[in-house]
Amino acid sequence: MSTTSLRRARSAGTSGLGHIGLLVLNIGAVIGMAGLMWASLLYALPASNLAGDEQTAQRIFYIHMGCNFGALAGFLVSLVGSVIYLVKRDLDWDRAAQAAIEVGTLFGIGTILTGIFWAKPTWNTYWTWDPRLTTSTITVLIYIAYLLFRNGIDTRQTRARFGSIYALFAFASVPLTYYSARWFRSIHPVVFGSDNPDAEGGFNIGVTMTHTLWIAVIAFSLLFSMLMLQRWRQLRLEDRIFELREEIE
Amino acid sequence: MSMSVATESHRVESHRAESHRAVPVQMYTQPGHAGYWRKVWAIAAKDLRAEVRAKEVLGTMIAFGLLAVVVFGLAFDLRVPQGAMVAPGVLWGVILFAGVLGLHRSFGAEMDRHTLPALLLAPVDRSAIYFGKFLAQFVFLAAAVVVIAPAVVVIFNVNVLQGWIPVGLLLGLIGYTGVGTLFGALTAGIRARESMLPILLMPVMAPVFMAGIGLTANVLDGRTFVDFRHWLLLLGIYDVVFLTIAYLVFDMIWEDS
Repeated sequence: MSTTSLRRARSAGTSGLGHIGLLVLNIGAVIGMAGLMWASLLYALPASNLAGDEQTAQRIFYIHMGCNFGALAGFLVSLVGSVIYLVKRDLDWDRAAQAAIEVGTLFGIGTILTGIFWAKPTWNTYWTWDPRLTTSTITVLIYIAYLLFRNGIDTRQTRARFGSIYALFAFASVPLTYYSARWFRSIHPVVFGSDNPDAEGGFNIGVTMTHTLWIAVIAFSLLFSMLMLQRWRQLRLEDRIFELREEIE
Repeated sequence: MSMSVATESHRVESHRAESHRAVPVQMYTQPGHAGYWRKVWAIAAKDLRAEVRAKEVLGTMIAFGLLAVVVFGLAFDLRVPQGAMVAPGVLWGVILFAGVLGLHRSFGAEMDRHTLPALLLAPVDRSAIYFGKFLAQFVFLAAAVVVIAPAVVVIFNVNVLQGWIPVGLLLGLIGYTGVGTLFGALTAGIRARESMLPILLMPVMAPVFMAGIGLTANVLDGRTFVDFRHWLLLLGIYDVVFLTIAYLVFDMIWEDS
């Protein structure tokens, strides 16, 4: 084994301090999510202008927004990781991009599912081609395609390079999709009797709700960082195992 | 490709035979933009010539396109009172699906015939290869649309070739084949290339698809230019943004081969 591979063998896993850091982050994420459950179900006062099912369903908002926050963070990190990989050709950045996309896609699916559950009591339909729904669905489909695409490429460097190139296209298409979806709706009859698709199911935000929103942001930030870092570490170890196996053979 | 290589080497050999001085093969390069676009055209012409001789791509695209229009026509026949209600979606949907059939052959055929290394060895900038391939694919798909669009006119009894729709189709095809050619290059070497390309391509095409349908529907509704010019703008922006990214990243695709 060469010295560089020895050094990499040591850095591939996490050092003692890193382990403790990850453990603290894990515990923080668990406490954060538990705190968010308490805050969103008990602490936050019900939305004053809603009633019945709509009022109960509104509480999913904190999870919905948190998931959306996580997805956005994931896709932003993936863009940064992919660009830096293409410039520096350091596989660690590619692994960061992959970890971010996996976690981001998971949160994206969470956003769509919680949205569907919320839409039924509020809008009386599971689905509508609202610009945000269209954009989030197509974005999640793009990143699922990214993950499938990576799986099909055998050479490690090629996988990283092609994945990064596709990630650039994926990210660049999101704003264009959003604007076309926004304009697209304007030619169709408006379903909810208003020009603003947000109008139905909107609610007034009170003090306890603001607090809960902040708890959601913190809890989901912790959860995202924890999942992302763990997955990053796992991918690093995976590549390391592959390298070692190559050396033995 | 192989044919042109063969004639090239033949020419070199006959040249050597007649003059005994061992002159190395001179690479004819013309500087400047004109030279660049000549190379682009040389790559495109090669693909077009291969297609004229082998008739591999265009026939499949047209046959599939017509079949899809007929299938959609039958599918909507009982439930849709007016063809104009679904014609924009059918037109753009069919073009998108038919296009994939050509796009995966663009570099896929080079892989299958083992001619990709020869293509990459051509003394041209890699971006010239990209633009040449893009140009050839654009011509194929445009030729297919020339057949598919009239089929939509006949089956759905709507004139989808009026007003600004052809301009929208032109801009849409540029963006679609531009991104599609690059993704075709990305998927050429992987397993399950045929199924992977549409999965990669379709979601990225969402803006083109929506803009195309939006534009077509507006024109069919008899709106004025002011009502739908933003769709043309969006298609134009899409083309500029994605062709620029494609131009920037195409060099990286085969850097290790």
